[in-house]
Amino acid sequence: MRGKLWSGRGGAELGGFRPGDVVKVLPTKVHTHHRTPGYVKGKIGRIAARSGRFYDPETRAYGGSGLPKRELYLVEFDMKSLWGNQYRGREGDTVLIDLYENWLEPVTASSGN
Amino acid sequence: MGGDHHHPHTDHGEHDHHDHPGLEDDIQLGKRARRVLAMEELLVEKEVIRRDDVPRLLDFMAAMSPVDGARVVARAWTDPAFKAQLLDDPRVALAELGYPLVSGAKLAVVENTEKVHHLVVCTLCSCYPRSLLGPPPDWYKSFAYRSRAVVDPRGVMKEFGLQVGEEVEVRVVDSAADLRYMVLPLRPGGTDGLNEEELAALVTRDSLVGVGVAQSPAVGG
Repeated sequence: MRGKLWSGRGGAELGGFRPGDVVKVLPTKVHTHHRTPGYVKGKIGRIAARSGRFYDPETRAYGGSGLPKRELYLVEFDMKSLWGNQYRGREGDTVLIDLYENWLEPVTASSGN
Repeated sequence: MGGDHHHPHTDHGEHDHHDHPGLEDDIQLGKRARRVLAMEELLVEKEVIRRDDVPRLLDFMAAMSPVDGARVVARAWTDPAFKAQLLDDPRVALAELGYPLVSGAKLAVVENTEKVHHLVVCTLCSCYPRSLLGPPPDWYKSFAYRSRAVVDPRGVMKEFGLQVGEEVEVRVVDSAADLRYMVLPLRPGGTDGLNEEELAALVTRDSLVGVGVAQSPAVGG
């Protein structure tokens, strides 16, 4: 394969997340295989649940072992935070999506986000 | 790629195209299909997979269908303990119904209620709970569904004939990673006297994905 695999920042090193935690998805553009769709990159959501630990698809896609496993989180986004006023449904509609820890960073009140 | 058939084959010269008999003779295969067959051949040759792995997996998935999902839903509607187990750990619940514990993607079940309606999509590709529901319908894999379900779920559902009320919260579940989601639809009213089999008949594939709801029992039926 070409280039170096993007390894993210390692959510596990940050102590992991708990349901209710507010997180921001990294906006990073990556050209190798990854499972974070563009429409949530850079967006802010809430941890809805831990989904378990899974082989890392970003190394597995290239014949790697997928180890160490990565923590997967179900993250909830308000439609308005994804699409702004273009969203045609009601307030409170959401998207739930499983995202790997290395794509998430904590958002604290003091970080201003 | 290109030159698919030029890899050295010196020591198994007879190993060319006997493996998919007749296929290339009477069907014009597209470029992608030929590439897939070539890759399958290579994987077998390098002993990554066995000759019968792919057909066995295809048979396994083809043997599953929304009828299986409907059976699971009907049990959940009638057995609260089963429902709790299904929402908590579907593998255990499914094993109870005699479904094998398949390795690979993990199944998760989300429950529709009077207040919350889930809709399932995979925006990146076509992830679908195949191990229970069989292969996905073509529209599920279409670019239109995959891109529009997260942007305008209510509009998409309306096109499927489902109007979700303003009092109901819509949650779109994008199965972009390792979990595969099935919806546990809301049990329709007027079904108190029905047995499991009759209930299962009300559960459509669309209701298991969330673009539909379970049918109401036919009047007088």
